[in-house]
Amino acid sequence: MNHAAPGSAFSHPTVTHTGFVKSGWAHTGLVKSALVKSALGKTALTKTVVAKAAVTFLAATTAVGSNPVLNLGLFVGFVAVTLYIVHRVSSGNQTTSSYYAAGGEFTGGQNGIALSGDFLSAASFLGIAGGIAVHGYDGFVYSVGWVVAWLVGLLLVGEMLRNTGRFTMGDVVAFRMRQRPVRVAAAASTLLISYFYLLAQIAGAGGLVALLLNITGKFGQSIAIAVAGAIMILYVLIGGMKGTTWVQIIKATLLLMCMALITIFLLGRFGFNFSTILSQATQHNSLGNAILTPGTLYGKNELDFVSLALALVLGICSLPHVLMRFYTVPNARQVRRSLVWAIWSMVGFYLCTLVVGYSATALVGSDAIVHAPGGENSAAPLLAYAIGGSILLGLVSAVAFATILAVVAGLTLTASVSFAHDVYASIIKKGNAEPRSEVRVARLTAVAMGVLAILGGILVNGRNVAFLVALALALAASANLSTLLYSLFWKRFNTPGALASIYSGLGSCILLIVFSPVVSGASTSIFPTVDFHVFPLSNPGIVSIPLSFLCGWVATMIGSREENPAKQVEMEVRAMTGIGSGLHS
Amino acid sequence: MALATDTQGRYSVSPDGQFLFDSDEDADRGPDFAAIRGSAEFGALRRRFRRFVFPMTALFMGWYLAFVLLAAYDHPFMAIQVSGLINVGMLLGLAQFVSTVVIMLVYTRYARLRLDPALEAVRASSGESS
Repeated sequence: MNHAAPGSAFSHPTVTHTGFVKSGWAHTGLVKSALVKSALGKTALTKTVVAKAAVTFLAATTAVGSNPVLNLGLFVGFVAVTLYIVHRVSSGNQTTSSYYAAGGEFTGGQNGIALSGDFLSAASFLGIAGGIAVHGYDGFVYSVGWVVAWLVGLLLVGEMLRNTGRFTMGDVVAFRMRQRPVRVAAAASTLLISYFYLLAQIAGAGGLVALLLNITGKFGQSIAIAVAGAIMILYVLIGGMKGTTWVQIIKATLLLMCMALITIFLLGRFGFNFSTILSQATQHNSLGNAILTPGTLYGKNELDFVSLALALVLGICSLPHVLMRFYTVPNARQVRRSLVWAIWSMVGFYLCTLVVGYSATALVGSDAIVHAPGGENSAAPLLAYAIGGSILLGLVSAVAFATILAVVAGLTLTASVSFAHDVYASIIKKGNAEPRSEVRVARLTAVAMGVLAILGGILVNGRNVAFLVALALALAASANLSTLLYSLFWKRFNTPGALASIYSGLGSCILLIVFSPVVSGASTSIFPTVDFHVFPLSNPGIVSIPLSFLCGWVATMIGSREENPAKQVEMEVRAMTGIGSGLHS
Repeated sequence: MALATDTQGRYSVSPDGQFLFDSDEDADRGPDFAAIRGSAEFGALRRRFRRFVFPMTALFMGWYLAFVLLAAYDHPFMAIQVSGLINVGMLLGLAQFVSTVVIMLVYTRYARLRLDPALEAVRASSGESS
């Protein structure tokens, strides 16, 4: 095999910094190497970093793997093929139903792959592989949450959501409530969560384009982010839900195949003995045997880890762009099938990630990974280079980039639909919106959201925004899940209750983050020089999730007793059976 | 008062801000939700659904939290080696994957054999058969 001896193949005298990936993709929000932070956009400093490291990811691209033409070709190829498909499948996205929910025409299988595509974001693809490579077992524990969380969607949320609503979470939580306040609250939650999640994704886009095309300056990267954002807006404008779903399906298929093949190759190389991989990994990781046991990453603050785990398992199926996916299939039974497909592919993917993560340490070494410009996020690309040379590196980078485009497109669409449907059509136009004008508003919102994403992406390019993923999950688990579960399962739940659970979830999460070590008081904080933190955890979930359930309950009990008995009965029947929803099973 | 609807006529919003679905508009020929909810068939469906979903949720959440708490607070236990370098922690983590798949399979089987027929019974008795 061509496992290059580190250094010989990689090092190159004219190396400069690309700022690849950045910590923005990292998934934990807990730990970031000071090195990654300090290396941002400072060429002089980066040169010393590069000099120190025997192997750098960047060197891999500029020296041996320097094949921007190949990378550009793969990337342009992906964009061209997907844009063509998006154009083909989306003739006449004029009705709200086809633009928002693809007319509910996808099959369970297709939607299941698209669902897993929503989750195989850059954070989970590069971040978890890197987390396992550098921190070992704790990275694996994190991935477990991403799998178990699907049971919340399968058992509690998915089918009833499909039966009850049409396009948005607001459809369900406002079903038997006073429309205006509850829809505004649902839209606020959707927009906020989607934008945070979107920023976390796009924060890495600049670095990745820079890597693909070898653009190193901040200005060049900003242009690259703008171009990427423009492509993403095109997907959403042309394709609506149908187009973005197809992009997601293509990307998820590529990613799953890519990971499966790499895993099979790696297993073959180690004689199909996982223990051998582990043994070699411990020898090439500075933590040694500690990477086989918990504590390397989350050991410093156990409660913080429990809080993160809670937000993960409860937040993932409450993210607005996932909830919206449940509407793209014809009926509840297909939602069930979607989730079955999604669970299979996620289980397969994270098993592969386990092998890829430990193998990256075994073959590349944790020092080389940590010292590469992308930090732990570079584990999978470095491994790809080690086993497959510049072609596999280009492929993995292109797939990673496709991942960002697809996930960001899905988020933008979700936010724009929520605004057009919950705010514009239902509140501003009081339900009298022309479908054409409603779709036009959705498109305009998508452009606005896209521009905000580009501006935000340029602003956070190179900054540590890893906490945003954890924050978005905590927000979803706190504001959305409590409200959804109460409206689906609790007869008495009413408007004050819904408002209380949404706003207390949103408010408490954001307040707790502001007064946490994420923002101030630690060397990894956004403002490391000041200290106004009073909340000891970086993950607010353990407080905010119970709090939103409690506030929803208290406000309901204080509020009026039976708000709208007829709607309550209708919703109960609809949620269980789909009768009256116009769906056909 | 004329109510605007979307292209498929499925919802509208009344002047007092209530969000109406087509069933409200055509109340005379829409399904009688109160009757359906009061029916024995609906009661059976709801009971079967809740009897499965609530305990199963408690089970997987408890099992997941147990795993998370062990990973957070009991490192020596997780480090016990089982075979080669594979330890208890690794096996428990993989067991979470396995249990997720098993619960999924058990639920889809239960849904197919117990929930879907009960749902058909509700639809049949309410004249909403599909």
